[in-house]
Amino acid sequence: MTISRRLAGLAAAAALLGATCAAQAQGDPKVLRIVPHSNLAILDPIWTTAYMSRNHGYMIYDTLFGTDEKNQIKPQMVESWTESPDHRLWSFKLRKGLEFHDGKPVTSEDAVASLQRWGKRDSMGIALMTFVERMDTPTSDTFRIFLREACGFVLEALAKPSSNVPFIMPKRVADTDAFKQIEDYTGSGPYSFKRDEFKPGDKSVYLRNPKYVPRKEAPSGSAGGKIAHFDRVEFNLALRDAQAQVSALQKGEVDIIEALASEHYETAKKDPALVVPKIANLGLQHMARFNHLHKPFDNAAVRRAAIAAFQQEAFLKAQVGVKELYKPCPSMFMCGTPYASTAGSEIQAKSNMKKAQELLKASGYDGTPVVIMKPTDLVTITKLPDVAAQMLRQAGFKVDLQAMDWQTLVGRRAKKDAPDKGGWNMFLTAWQAADIASPITMAALESKGEKSSWFGWPSDTRMEELRSQFMRETDEAKKKKLAEAIQARAFEVGTHAPLGEWFNVTVGRKEISGWFITNGNLYWNLKKGAPSH
Amino acid sequence: MLNFLARRVAATIPVMLVVAVLVFLITRLTPGDPAAILAGDAASTEQIARIRANLGLDQPIVVQFGIWFGNALTGDLGESFYYKAKVVALIGHRLEPTLSLAALTIAIAVLAAVPLGVLAAWRFGGWFDRALMGFSVLGFSVPVFVLAYILIWVIALKLGLLPVQGYQRIADGVLPWLYHLILPSITLSVIYIALIARVTRASVLEALGEDYIRTARAKGLPEARVLVGHALANAAVPIATVIGIGIALLIGGVVVTESVYAIPGLGRLTVDAVLARDFPTIQGVILFFSFVYVLINLLVDLSYVFFDPRIRY
Amino acid sequence: MDAPDARQYAALSIEAAAVVRTQSVWERVRASWSVRLGGSALVFLVLLALAAPWLGTVDPTLFDAGSRDLRPGAQGEITTLEGETVKHSFIMGSDSLGRDIYSRVLYGTRVSLIVGISTALLALAFGIVCGLASGYLRWLDGILMRVMDGIMAIPAILIAIALVAMWRGSLLTVVVAIAIPEIPRVTRLVRSLVLSIREEPYVEAAVSLGTPTVKIMFAHILPNCIAPLLVQGTFICALGILVEAILSFLGVGLPPDIPTWGNVMAEGRIHFNEYPHNIFFPGVFLAVTVLAVNILGDGLRDTLDPKMAKKV
Repeated sequence: MTISRRLAGLAAAAALLGATCAAQAQGDPKVLRIVPHSNLAILDPIWTTAYMSRNHGYMIYDTLFGTDEKNQIKPQMVESWTESPDHRLWSFKLRKGLEFHDGKPVTSEDAVASLQRWGKRDSMGIALMTFVERMDTPTSDTFRIFLREACGFVLEALAKPSSNVPFIMPKRVADTDAFKQIEDYTGSGPYSFKRDEFKPGDKSVYLRNPKYVPRKEAPSGSAGGKIAHFDRVEFNLALRDAQAQVSALQKGEVDIIEALASEHYETAKKDPALVVPKIANLGLQHMARFNHLHKPFDNAAVRRAAIAAFQQEAFLKAQVGVKELYKPCPSMFMCGTPYASTAGSEIQAKSNMKKAQELLKASGYDGTPVVIMKPTDLVTITKLPDVAAQMLRQAGFKVDLQAMDWQTLVGRRAKKDAPDKGGWNMFLTAWQAADIASPITMAALESKGEKSSWFGWPSDTRMEELRSQFMRETDEAKKKKLAEAIQARAFEVGTHAPLGEWFNVTVGRKEISGWFITNGNLYWNLKKGAPSH
Repeated sequence: MLNFLARRVAATIPVMLVVAVLVFLITRLTPGDPAAILAGDAASTEQIARIRANLGLDQPIVVQFGIWFGNALTGDLGESFYYKAKVVALIGHRLEPTLSLAALTIAIAVLAAVPLGVLAAWRFGGWFDRALMGFSVLGFSVPVFVLAYILIWVIALKLGLLPVQGYQRIADGVLPWLYHLILPSITLSVIYIALIARVTRASVLEALGEDYIRTARAKGLPEARVLVGHALANAAVPIATVIGIGIALLIGGVVVTESVYAIPGLGRLTVDAVLARDFPTIQGVILFFSFVYVLINLLVDLSYVFFDPRIRY
Repeated sequence: MDAPDARQYAALSIEAAAVVRTQSVWERVRASWSVRLGGSALVFLVLLALAAPWLGTVDPTLFDAGSRDLRPGAQGEITTLEGETVKHSFIMGSDSLGRDIYSRVLYGTRVSLIVGISTALLALAFGIVCGLASGYLRWLDGILMRVMDGIMAIPAILIAIALVAMWRGSLLTVVVAIAIPEIPRVTRLVRSLVLSIREEPYVEAAVSLGTPTVKIMFAHILPNCIAPLLVQGTFICALGILVEAILSFLGVGLPPDIPTWGNVMAEGRIHFNEYPHNIFFPGVFLAVTVLAVNILGDGLRDTLDPKMAKKV
């Protein structure tokens, strides 16, 4: 008697528990639960180039200009602007009604201060600031930039869609030293940051900004109207296990997974409760970076032999695997971007392993082992080093494949020491299209030797001349020619090896609608419909 | 009694000092560079050097230790390199999930294991005894994460009974809190059920061989009274010991369980901190765990007084 | 996991069975069902590990993107380093890089056994030295035991994670990292044995006869330690194998191109739901190995009553 009553009681409790929580699993229609691609540790998107901090920035800040899905620059916070005939004086007028989350209006002083802070950290910003003589704010809603000489990329800089994005912050925040992280997260974006609910490694929360005045155009890329339909957006920072993420999405415990491992792509496509939206025209590019300071890659001929050995298809197949998600592209500037071309790419595109072996023999390679750093914890690039190692070995190189986590790798690649003293010879990484679309933004091209800002430190005066010309050129046709020359030189000198293009897969529940081409991860315009069960 | 307490507490001080030194050394004798990690992917070498100076990493090691330990004594464990938050605040955020997981795991383990152990001892040599011994060895041998994946697949996905992942704060409702915590706790408790059941069985077995048991039975007491009131009570000391050890050792299982079930607890914090070379957090969390371990040992020692009146301090 | 310590206690209290004086200890050991089962399983695994290259395996680091994620039993291709493409039957399936799980599991047996045995030997060696030193040298005892207490206070898995993540993940680092937290327990064991045996009359007699300390250590003390140390050693070995798998799972274990069960499972965790074979096969091998070692340890402990060890 007692046993069956107890069992009945237990069953009732279980049912109640299940019901309470099943309802929760559907999710509040006013709350969007996202699993981002990595943990959010740094809340200052100027201080770091990490994509996660950039995505956080897009939620709570706004930008002067945006870049739409066709890479056209469109005004965002700016109402109108003028450019002097000699291209040296630029004047901008801000839109009406722009307010920060604390109610204060956005003024031109805020804009200038933000640009100056950004110009101390961002590679394109730093380049821009070398042209800038001064900036001033004649009225509270206009500001001007005075240039020493004509500069061909002013608007590209202000519209820069990816790290570092010139987000506009209040002057008091933007006045923070550029090498210290900010502590005040007031912005003027479509969402505001709910600071008291931010738990590092657990979740970050964003609330709809009711005072935000979106533009009238449709959203496209980082341009257009940013309408927030959700009252609340949560980034789930605790859920890092790839399988658990998928299981959670299938059960409806989360709404969107930002970066789905390609292993799950087929499952996601087949599952009727999920949808894989098209949110990017341009994807990402893998690249292999040489350390130009030490043997064997201090020799351009050896670098070219390695580039010849690196057939893109093998990398893409191993790392991405799903044919519809990748494509080889001979251009260093992503296929589909304005400066893409095939200049100089024959060394890789028209090569094979035999050719690579010959090139290596002819280069005088002396058998120094190549130390390749492999990050074990980044699913999107972790297989590349294994493929690189195998290909180099087939070409005749000696290889030392060293595994470590991404954080260690990031620390180690900053070292200029010899590989056997804690340095490195090669690492592989991935860039989003926006970050490598032009000779100014592609950090891998900078060839100032040890003074180069990105790791690898190539040294080539001709390359620097070409880049300098490009920065000053204002004529689009001439820019394209220069870009081709730059790419050809890059292949000749062997700055790095492009390894093919691929798309990141974002997947969401069927109830989510309002997807648009973001070329990144932007979370406005989305809505949640009725649950499907 | 107070004398004993005072002496025991005093004895923990040198241990904690040793822990502090060890923990500090572990983190400092490493080839990773937190400044470079923090600076981000596109930082230059000058920028990294500036950050290193900002973080105080260019001071001699002894100075760094002195500063850190001095602050720790006042309850300030420094600020995390990785998150911009005080270590004490980070630990505070993460305490509830880990404590909840640990508490529920131990509760399940004790409630399941002690009766099982008593039963096995009572029917010593029978099929139940052998089955329990066999199961318990199996319980030690399967890694926690394998068990976790299997349970998630069967119970959460196929049967849909429990959630796949996540943690709900108690403040948001006790039922959801429990709902999310059951599966992780069951996964983690398997090892402890195995361990506690074995020790219970062994000690109850020993107790059952004693004379007072024969007396009790001769007196005509019901078997249940004999088992629980006399055998178990006398076996309590070793069982309490192993429960104490078990609590202190939950850390190992917690780290993996939190990782698979996405519970934002201290175990995850430590792993993330280690991977990020976040020295202050690593030091702070390990110091904290060690302190808890020492505290629990003290409590277990004190509990002997409660269980065994012959033990007097 | 602290199972050994609790069981050590249990051994000293109850599970030391009644003395059977008619057989010698080693005969009893050999007759024990547990020892036979665990021991033979282990021997089988060792043979498997040694014979790995001849059991239909390929180089476990070779991969072929065309053969990724094959189900157990599927046919596929592998490209060797020289560039030839060979047909291969993937008995246990392939992982997401196209590597043969069967080969990785068999070669992984080597690594796991080496890690387990090395960890046990290292912990025992250091523990014996520290325990002897602590038991004999009064002035060292205080400091050493405080240090040991300190090490024991830090959760073992955290020490292991911290050490392996800090230095490069190599076989040596992993073994040292897993062994260090086990040294205090061995030290305590040896120390307590030293302290108790020193009081025995025959030891006192030897001392008064002027026997050098070293001789006393080797002739009287160590032989009595063998049995409990053997038992402790097997449990440390089991622990070592398990912890290595956990470290690999968390991403702080041996480098991924070294095939270990933990590494294979770590790579397979990404898509466990669709391709459980990545975790299933190494998981079974791991469980069986650890089980075998644990059963062996149980059997040894049950038959090697420390009180009887004197008769060895």
